[in-house]
Amino acid sequence: MAEVEETLKRIQSHKGVIGTMVVNAEGIPIRTTLDNSTTVQYAGLLHQLTMKARSTVRDIDPQNDLTFLRIRSKKHEIMVAPDKEYLLIVIQNPCE
Amino acid sequence: MEIVYVYVKKRSEFGKQCNFSDRQAELNIDIPPSPQLAEQFVERNPVDTGIQCSTSMSEHEANTERFEMETRGVNHIEGGWPKDVNPLELEQTIRFRKKVEKDENYINAITQLGSIMEHCIKQNNAIDIYQEYFDDEDAVEVMEEAPSAKTINVFRDPQEIKRPATHLSWHPDGNRKLAVAYACLNFQRAPEGMSNDSYIWDLENPNRPEIALKPSSPLVTLEYNPKDSHVLLGGCYNGQIACWDTRKGSLVAELSTIEFSHRDPVYGTIWLQSKTGTECFSASTDGQVMWWDIRKMSEPTEVVIMDITKKEQLENALGAISLEFEPTLPTKFMVGTEQGIVISCNRKAKTQAEKIVCTFSGHHGPIYALQRNPFYPKNFLTVGDWTARIWSEDSRESSIMWTKYHMAYLTDGAWSPVRPAVFFTTKMDGTLDIWDFVFKQCDPALSLKVCDEALLCLRVQDNGCFIACGSQLGTATLLEVSQGLCTLQRNERNMASSIFERETRREKILEARHRELRLKEKGKAEGRDDDLREEEPTLNLEELVTKAEEEFFDIIFRELKRREAEAVKKKPKPQEKPSLETDEEVEGEDEGEEERGDEESPALEGQT
Repeated sequence: MAEVEETLKRIQSHKGVIGTMVVNAEGIPIRTTLDNSTTVQYAGLLHQLTMKARSTVRDIDPQNDLTFLRIRSKKHEIMVAPDKEYLLIVIQNPCE
Repeated sequence: MEIVYVYVKKRSEFGKQCNFSDRQAELNIDIPPSPQLAEQFVERNPVDTGIQCSTSMSEHEANTERFEMETRGVNHIEGGWPKDVNPLELEQTIRFRKKVEKDENYINAITQLGSIMEHCIKQNNAIDIYQEYFDDEDAVEVMEEAPSAKTINVFRDPQEIKRPATHLSWHPDGNRKLAVAYACLNFQRAPEGMSNDSYIWDLENPNRPEIALKPSSPLVTLEYNPKDSHVLLGGCYNGQIACWDTRKGSLVAELSTIEFSHRDPVYGTIWLQSKTGTECFSASTDGQVMWWDIRKMSEPTEVVIMDITKKEQLENALGAISLEFEPTLPTKFMVGTEQGIVISCNRKAKTQAEKIVCTFSGHHGPIYALQRNPFYPKNFLTVGDWTARIWSEDSRESSIMWTKYHMAYLTDGAWSPVRPAVFFTTKMDGTLDIWDFVFKQCDPALSLKVCDEALLCLRVQDNGCFIACGSQLGTATLLEVSQGLCTLQRNERNMASSIFERETRREKILEARHRELRLKEKGKAEGRDDDLREEEPTLNLEELVTKAEEEFFDIIFRELKRREAEAVKKKPKPQEKPSLETDEEVEGEDEGEEERGDEESPALEGQT
């Protein structure tokens, strides 16, 4: 428990990190550092995108799997670390 | 009579295969050649027959039905929660989250993912993988392509009776929308049953306007509020000023009272740069400029009469047909009049008469467009009659640069917001001209036929890439210009400013010389007058007249002879009119030189 808190706190303290959230397999946000409506939007959309990305990788080669998803946008970078049950999403501004 | 035919065949022989067998040839008929028929035979030589090498083709036309599109939306709600958890109950969701957080699996997963994530974050912070090392190098390369423009979208007036598009306005942020004012400006000749509506178009959807604005009289101008994009300001054909709030629908939100409004169509409305974002001013051909606050539209806050004799007489006022206001020069504004005179005004002057600072004249007809250069506000562009002119505030006698006289009337013009040397003009023949006077002065850098009917207005988007043009038949065409025309070239600012300065200086030298010549002539005339008075003036006058007549006829005869000679020379090309052509040639050369601002031009000007 404390270990998780520490990990998330450490991630949030890195330079340029705007927000951190944990989403479960159904797309429900478990933990977040952003406000509720933004979190729900991010969680819903990124959950779908990650599932699609994962199925794409698996369709191309069934023995392969998605390990990380980075979305570089004009304003910031959205990073998604997927697991069987949970997604860890971090939004970072890399140019800061 | 009954015809009976009986066909007899055994049932067993039905469908039986054929049984062929050989037999001897036998002669059925024999026709011997007849010499009588041979006599009737006529041989045709040569023979005409039509033949064709290529395969024959035909053309068919089919009018397919227009593809209608519409936008539909689905509203998603938060979901995915287990059945026994109500997402709206805060307690239940918190409890669910707590439960998940205590899960062993969760703790393991997050610690593991955390380390991967941290690696990536650190990576991002350590190096910028997309850093541009040679940022300043590629700016030069862009110029190479030839200037071009393409039509992106066409927005047609959905009404049955088409009305000219009189004014356009871009949505202030994002530029996703375009407001178009439609009005028929023919006095008392508007077709019956014509709609008054103006529209706001979404650039993505050319089939249907997003909102219709419903004024009581057609809108001549329409302008988005730069501070609040929901609010629009319209100038009506009957002289009233109207305000819309798109959140409240298509009906007028605020309307000026007719007694205190303009008495002619409102040709210019502009929002002022104020803290509240509610102040604006308008100009009309009745010769008044009025200031308004949309919170109190019952009467104008201030009125200035465009009387250049400074007597504040409405009868003598010049009709304002275009309006200019540069937010960086908040006390000044300029008015283009129907008489071809630009009036520069100062809003903060103490008395009414002082508000009119100076005038610039040079156009032969109404000034349809007036705009200061966004980079060098001292210089401004006017569009009227057949020319577009660039003026400097320092040179009041004449414009510093001008285009040649076009074959069609010019209707509107505007500077590019990103390049100081580029401006756009529209013409009555449906062409859009893009001028770049650093690149070419005599002709437009690009001339584009947008539509067959006359173009009446244009508006450039803030980033300079998109231009909207409105036409006589109410179509608004959206054009995109090539990259080179909407990116600032190297040294362009310096070049443009040096051209402006050089032309202003040249114009000043010419002015000074003009004045000198006039003074000299005045002096001479006075001197001569004194001499003449001593002699008999009537006799002298007759002599002068006869002398002048002689000279005149002499010139005419010489010219006729010259033309005859030319006509003989030019006979192989009979369709050309020699007289017209020579005239034009001379003019063209003159202007070319003036445009370029050669050192010889002062002499040329001096003669005229």
